[in-house]
Amino acid sequence: MGEIIDIAIRYRSIFLEGTIGTLQLAAITVFFGMLLGAVVAFMHMSKFKPLSWLAGLYVEVLRGTPLLVQLYIFYMFVPEMSPWIKSLDLPVYFYIVLSLVINSSAYVSEVIRAGIQAVDKGQREAAKSLGMSDFNTMVRIILPQAIKNILPALCNEFIMMIKETSLASTFYVNELMRTRMILQSTYFLSWQPLFVIAFIYFVLTFVLSKGVKLLEKRLSVSD
Amino acid sequence: MTNTRESLIQVRDLRKNFGSLQVLKGITEEIDRGEVVSIIGPSGSGKSTFLRCLNLLEVPSGGQVIFEGVDITDKKVDIDKHRQKIGMVFQHFNVFPHLTVLQNITITPCLEKKLSKAEAEAKADRLLKMVGLTDKKHEYPRKLSGGQKQRLAIIRALAMEPDVMLFDEPTSALDPEMVKEVLDVIRELADEGMTCVIVTHEMGFARQISHRVLFMDDGIIQEKGTPEEVFEHPRNPRTIEFLSKVL
Repeated sequence: MGEIIDIAIRYRSIFLEGTIGTLQLAAITVFFGMLLGAVVAFMHMSKFKPLSWLAGLYVEVLRGTPLLVQLYIFYMFVPEMSPWIKSLDLPVYFYIVLSLVINSSAYVSEVIRAGIQAVDKGQREAAKSLGMSDFNTMVRIILPQAIKNILPALCNEFIMMIKETSLASTFYVNELMRTRMILQSTYFLSWQPLFVIAFIYFVLTFVLSKGVKLLEKRLSVSD
Repeated sequence: MTNTRESLIQVRDLRKNFGSLQVLKGITEEIDRGEVVSIIGPSGSGKSTFLRCLNLLEVPSGGQVIFEGVDITDKKVDIDKHRQKIGMVFQHFNVFPHLTVLQNITITPCLEKKLSKAEAEAKADRLLKMVGLTDKKHEYPRKLSGGQKQRLAIIRALAMEPDVMLFDEPTSALDPEMVKEVLDVIRELADEGMTCVIVTHEMGFARQISHRVLFMDDGIIQEKGTPEEVFEHPRNPRTIEFLSKVL
């Protein structure tokens, strides 16, 4: 125990850097995952069947295959897919983030879709009966009410991503899990850093989860 | 009602299926401007579906709905434009919970009729006064009683200056002591000459207020006539049976 605390203090700057890397990676992933997820969600809800079907397939495939497999494909296969892509010579970090974003977008799109569909259908009917356009109905009536359902779930997705991004260490992306490799190869510390890392992950997710609970409470008050 | 009849809504052989279930089995009916028509009948008779077909909240499976001379079942018409002329009041109010009472009324005129905020609010003030909700203007709907929510829903629809108001069981979700305040507002509208189509279980109200009553059962209009004809001298055995249960 003392040894672990000792290491945590001695190499705090390395752990801190890793923690920041993890938070950054999770934030970027969820942010772009949200934008892409919104597009997928609206495709999924489209009345145009082929579009809806395509979005459904996208979501099913991404949720039905392991993230690690997806990361490997984006790490090994996608950069080599065409001479043009190859010529761009983008860093590994880009492909890993891209893979995480795409994976996250599948989950987020379902969060958004569920949030929108949870809004009482009478709200849409009332807006339509007044003669409101589809666009205004969505933007002015449905979405402001759906946000309440979506926001906490989106924060939970961020918390999930904090843990999921640890897989990126496999591809030498700088994040918290990667600090173990650094400390092992440089200082020959094999198991001690694991407990420091686990502790940091736990504190992050625990604190954020409590925050989401608080947010949920806040949002439900205005009902 | 004026002496010269002017047809506002014409329904021709209206049909609606939900899957294999035929809910409307061919309804032909005409509603004149200024007329107050109540639709009564047992639950599941298709009366709400019929009403919801009039503004195309339910898309008919067959037949036509002609509103002010335009067949609104035609896919090429801009239905939103026509819906602005057809107000609707729902059983469960469906007021917008994230908007204040005032915003509930002004949002659609501002967005869709491009009214200025000041114009829309001036009109809203008049409507609020009419139904006695002026002091609730800046409240959110969660602070309102059921009766107040329904009165808000009515004036929200009126703010669009519709030519007809559709009421889908407007008092069915209300506590008994709040029914009257809502019916009074509807009565006032009818007295002022607003065309009203009302699906209701309030038989006494339907009898008092209506120019005509339609009795629906099994997806068709079984009997229609003046309140007197339908309530006092029903001829169709189904009407007789229904009225014997509810009156």
